[in-house]
Amino acid sequence: MTTPAPNTSSTELHDLGVAELAAKLAAREVSSVEVTQHFLARIKQHDSLGAFLATDAEVSLAQARAADARLAAGERSPLLGVPLAHKDVFVTRDFPTTAASKMLENYRSPFDATVVSKLGTAPGGAGMVSLGKLNCDEFAMGSGNENSAYKPVHNPWDVSRIPGGSSGGSAAAVAARLVPAATGTDTGGSIRQPASLTGITGIKPTYGRCSRYGMVAFASSLDQAGPMARSALDCALLLSAMAGPDLDRDSTSLDLPVTDYATTLIAANTHGTGATSLKGLKIGLPKQFFGAGCSDDVLSAVRAALAEYEKLGAILVEVDLPLTELSIPVYYVIAPAEASSNLSRFDGVRYGHRAARYGDLNDMYKKSRSEGFGDEATRRIMIGTYVLSHGYYDAYYLKAQKIRRLIAEDFQKAFKQCDIIAGPVSPTVAWKIGEKGSDPMASYLADIYTLSSSLAGLPGMSVPAGFGAHGMPVGLQLIGNYFEEALLLGAAHQFQLATDWHLRKPA
Amino acid sequence: MALTLQEISKVANLARLELRPDETERVLAQLNGFFQLVDQMGAVNTDGIEPLAHPAAVLGEVALRLRDDVASEPDQREISQRSAPAVERGLFLVPKVIE
Repeated sequence: MTTPAPNTSSTELHDLGVAELAAKLAAREVSSVEVTQHFLARIKQHDSLGAFLATDAEVSLAQARAADARLAAGERSPLLGVPLAHKDVFVTRDFPTTAASKMLENYRSPFDATVVSKLGTAPGGAGMVSLGKLNCDEFAMGSGNENSAYKPVHNPWDVSRIPGGSSGGSAAAVAARLVPAATGTDTGGSIRQPASLTGITGIKPTYGRCSRYGMVAFASSLDQAGPMARSALDCALLLSAMAGPDLDRDSTSLDLPVTDYATTLIAANTHGTGATSLKGLKIGLPKQFFGAGCSDDVLSAVRAALAEYEKLGAILVEVDLPLTELSIPVYYVIAPAEASSNLSRFDGVRYGHRAARYGDLNDMYKKSRSEGFGDEATRRIMIGTYVLSHGYYDAYYLKAQKIRRLIAEDFQKAFKQCDIIAGPVSPTVAWKIGEKGSDPMASYLADIYTLSSSLAGLPGMSVPAGFGAHGMPVGLQLIGNYFEEALLLGAAHQFQLATDWHLRKPA
Repeated sequence: MALTLQEISKVANLARLELRPDETERVLAQLNGFFQLVDQMGAVNTDGIEPLAHPAAVLGEVALRLRDDVASEPDQREISQRSAPAVERGLFLVPKVIE
């Protein structure tokens, strides 16, 4: 096992995290325009990673100037002037939005997603400067970012490997220091798994915590936005700005107040004797997450991280999530069912691709859709249409929704014995590009540890926990009970105060 | 159970997709492999279990929010139609539906 050396001396701007950049900007040691120019140059320099689908220096610099004007006027807020980039499933007025699909090539949204405006430089926003749009799997469907209609994303730790997916561009860009932070979306693991495979930190909040307004919909009862950055602290800063009710625009957004996750990061852990301790925190280990399905290198990194938690005062207890394996078929019935319904809006009439040649209206729909959707989207539309069709709805869709309840109830039983649940994120480190290409089932099976918490709507994180085979990063998954983002972030932050895995960077 | 080529064609039509013959074969093989996995669900006893649509419903009833039926957005017809494949005088164009 190769373990990269910790970084010692580096003061380059791109090595700074969100919190550090914000401090420099607030102290006026550097301007947002300078920071933006620096990152734009890096993005250009590392174009071969395939992380970005769109950049526009003029747009980004205009936003940076707006942030600098606010800073010059004396405004101080935790993210003002710090750059980020958005996964290309968030619609944006200033950049094209494609969802990495040919279907939306050249699409321009007339509005910004709620998450985009909450983070951005428009009035009322946190003042972050957008550096562009990040590659992902087409319509966020995939675990390796190989389903992008435009180009694959390469893992900065080994460019012959995938960065994970579907938020693969977000993960690769953060890991390669092309952006200090990015947005992602997670339907069945699409924030946690790429975060794990690229050695960064990412959190999928409780379903409904962040508004889905303006997120290109994949599976509406599962989709959730979240931040991806290098540390739990940086994720906390972003989540505080992203989260919150959006009552008029997203009927599933939670009507609950949002904590200031960053300032309560340390105090959030109320389980210990002191505010800065993990003492007494009960971590549940589902035995189904530590079985034969997980490779040894991943297990040993995860176990070492858990031993560190024990050293810091946490108590490890075994818990039971008996339906873990069933979460794969349940998810791959429910998500495609919702996807087939959501993607029916792409008809070649109001926006999106329209075939050049067609006969009648029906033929136009069929040709436009077949040309516009890639293989994985087509497959999921087919599965979804089938399980929702007459005669199969009860046996598949309804059955899956019932097991979904049992899975969610199992988590509630487990949380009676523990405060958070931990385990691996992915059963292996990042695989080679092309390795699973011809076999969609192989990547479905690799989602086993992230699907159950998605089905239950629980918040989950990936925290860098070491390295496995081929020197590739391994993430530790932390799953919290509903609305327990602060506890998760606190537990991750304490771990990051004691370890430096999150500070390692690819060569 | 195993799907047939005919069923694949029927589903493709329902989904308004046009699959090439080689694609139909491939999708058939992949879906049959997939449904072997899905059939594992049959082993779980779900008698008397309510389907779960909204995850937070595990904690209790989730009330669907309604808002007043009033326009809350400004008129953005032009900008909204910017990405449309075919537009004329503010209308979306489609092939002739009624002869």
